[in-house]
Amino acid sequence: MTDGAKVWGLHLLVLAAVFAAQFLLPPYHATNLARIMVLAVFAMGYNIAFGYTGLLSLGHALFFAAGMYGMGLPVWHLEWVSVPALIAGLLAGGVMAGAVGVLALRTAGVSFMIVTLMFAQAGYLTLLYLNSWTGGDEGFVVASAARQAFGFSLATDTPRFTAAFVLFAAGLLACLWLVRSPFGRVMVAMRENEERSRMLGYDPFRVKLVALILSGLYAGLAGAAYGMLFGYVGASFATIQYSILPMLYVLLGGAGTVLGPFLGALLMFYLIDITSNYTDAYLFVVGAALVGLVLFAPKGILGTLRERAWRWLP
Amino acid sequence: MAAVIEARGLTRHFGGLRAVDGVDFSLEHGEIHGLIGPNGAGKTTFVSLLSGRIPVQSGTISLNGEDITHLPAHLRVRKGVAYTFQITSVYPRLSVFDNVALAAQSRGAGDVPAEVAQALGRVGMTGLDGAQAGTLSYGHQRLLEVAMGLALRPVILILDEPTQGLASGEIDGFKALIRSLVPQTTILLIEHNMDVVMDLADRITVLNFGQVLAVGAPDQIRANKAVQDAYLGGDHAAG
Amino acid sequence: MSFGPFLLLAVLEGTVMAAVLALTAVGLSLVFGVMRVVNVAHGEFYMLGAVIAWFVTYYLPFPPALVWLAALIIAPLIVALIAALTDTLVLKRLNYDPEATIVATIGLLYMLQQAALTFYGPDARPVVAPFEWRIQLPWFGYSGYKLFVVVAAVVILAAVWLFMTRSKAGLVMRATQVDRDTAQAFGINVDRVYAGTFALGGALAAAAAVLIVPIQQAHYLMGHDPLLLSFIVVIIGGLGSIRGTLVAALVIGLSDGIISMFFSPTLAKIIATLLVALVLVFRPQGLFGAKA
Repeated sequence: MTDGAKVWGLHLLVLAAVFAAQFLLPPYHATNLARIMVLAVFAMGYNIAFGYTGLLSLGHALFFAAGMYGMGLPVWHLEWVSVPALIAGLLAGGVMAGAVGVLALRTAGVSFMIVTLMFAQAGYLTLLYLNSWTGGDEGFVVASAARQAFGFSLATDTPRFTAAFVLFAAGLLACLWLVRSPFGRVMVAMRENEERSRMLGYDPFRVKLVALILSGLYAGLAGAAYGMLFGYVGASFATIQYSILPMLYVLLGGAGTVLGPFLGALLMFYLIDITSNYTDAYLFVVGAALVGLVLFAPKGILGTLRERAWRWLP
Repeated sequence: MAAVIEARGLTRHFGGLRAVDGVDFSLEHGEIHGLIGPNGAGKTTFVSLLSGRIPVQSGTISLNGEDITHLPAHLRVRKGVAYTFQITSVYPRLSVFDNVALAAQSRGAGDVPAEVAQALGRVGMTGLDGAQAGTLSYGHQRLLEVAMGLALRPVILILDEPTQGLASGEIDGFKALIRSLVPQTTILLIEHNMDVVMDLADRITVLNFGQVLAVGAPDQIRANKAVQDAYLGGDHAAG
Repeated sequence: MSFGPFLLLAVLEGTVMAAVLALTAVGLSLVFGVMRVVNVAHGEFYMLGAVIAWFVTYYLPFPPALVWLAALIIAPLIVALIAALTDTLVLKRLNYDPEATIVATIGLLYMLQQAALTFYGPDARPVVAPFEWRIQLPWFGYSGYKLFVVVAAVVILAAVWLFMTRSKAGLVMRATQVDRDTAQAFGINVDRVYAGTFALGGALAAAAAVLIVPIQQAHYLMGHDPLLLSFIVVIIGGLGSIRGTLVAALVIGLSDGIISMFFSPTLAKIIATLLVALVLVFRPQGLFGAKA
């Protein structure tokens, strides 16, 4: 079997297994899985910037929230409905990433982290400040009239799972295609050695900006879908915590692997879910996982697997 | 012959250090041009100015008559000014194929795999395309660097100390490779190994303290008294 | 109240704010300057200082002035110990890689926050001020303790400054800051310098918190704002420049105090965070600092 066949085979197999899971799992877990798939889309976007292009951002909550409010505000104020609202969210994430990127990408490394953190913080505070428009701290519920698509209510289990799955599958396959494309190769080259890439004729600023916008589109779509499928839009999704979560998922699953974000989201979600049966100290689990990963497994699960055995894993 | 690249009064100071100080320079189409000078003479700074890695303080650079003094480095590469690094600078964690493909696709090559195969063939690395670049021997990494330069199909190929660290057997192969590139490509060769420069170069420019000390054919340079005093004399062997 | 006295009150509040902020930010700046580590958990060191101060003042059976003084000594010591342990067990093993240490200190932030929540609880609790004394101005009364905070912060900062410029340990720290490898070649134990620097940075944050905790209550989430403001101060002052940090703390503290009095505090924070981002983008050496 060629590497290409192995790669597509594996990813389609994973998608088939995830799709089948809704029929095999009890409803509680099926809903969890829908949530995980949406969060995985967010993490895939984060991975495009961090894992493949080497842009360690601390501001992705801003792009997630841009998507969520880009979907939610037109629903609230203009009575938009599901599909157009989701598209608005997707675009809002991309536009926000582009705007942040134009400024933040003049810096690198630690400065880039702090600049993205500060922009995200300013975004969060702006949501609070404009509370008559955004609902501030309280947030708002997405009207159920808007949560209808193709005759189904996205508030019910099966359509919700299906919608999450469609977005997840599209995101995963697009990501796989992207990283195997010539542009994907250039993203990795930028991560590995920016100066060398410049001397091969690539504009680092442009490549990183495009990667960040793609990343923002994913984050925006995930934010919009999260609000749409679970019915609530709130400023808490713009806090630093939602910048850390995708980073944690990506680090756990394996930065720079296509399936890593999903695997990381899945494991972390259930790690928190299971430990919260015994203790409410879930923040401690998140913190310990972060420290443990950077100390002992900086490549994550699939990154280590690729290093040891599956060299062909994208 | 027409000048491919021409520099006039090129200057770059770092603090009080005049790394490059009013250099006039021209590369003729299809030649192999050696650039030599004692350590710290400003050779690497000079080619960094040519390739756009360092901004010019004053002076002008033109490529085929077009002013490129303020053109960003990546656009100069697209126009055909390729630079290979002094310290081997391949992507160690990527495959040999990906390394060369990055160069080939940069100029929009139609059939990237064919271009990669051709570039690897010219440096004698056929069959190694699946290897991880970081695991190659030092000599192969230097050749890979050259293959990346070739895959850019450059007008000018700037080679910064290409034979450094190569075994003598490898150097002979390398010389043959460089000769096979002209006249389609013009070569600017920075080299410490005098035998290689004297053997390969059509013309040689000698830099000293950031200024041009002499320009001429290898025999003229060898006979030049000022050059001998500044550079060749005494510690030729150390070069 | 007419405008003049109102402005005076704002300036007083701003000065208190600036003093505490300067202490906290100098800790962050020192760590960044010497170790090139951005400590995201710095705000949690501050929070720990406040929480420990609450425990000390609550459980020690001394009069208020004495327990508070005990807290001012004990809290920074405990936090310094935690910081030194963090350095040895985590940061050192990451070889102080800038990005990895940020991720690790984010992890530490969550762990410390959770530890405080578990052992201290979700409530905000007051700490009794060491003394009650009001200065009666013609227009309003003002807390004497707040003025004492300013004096204490200045004294501690002066001590730090003396330590850095006059003591051998300070000299060693500055030598390590300039060139780590050379310092090592001259027989300086860089590991110990780093652990000591990280401990000192934490201790300064904790001391700032002990000063402020009789004015604000101790709460497990209280580290967030000081972290953000310290970041702002350190960046605007020029990364790693102590002098720039002090100037910036004064400017930010005062202007934040004054702006918050007249405008919405949220708007003030939005402007400040955007300002930081833009400073880093367009003037990375800071607004006030000479280069490093």
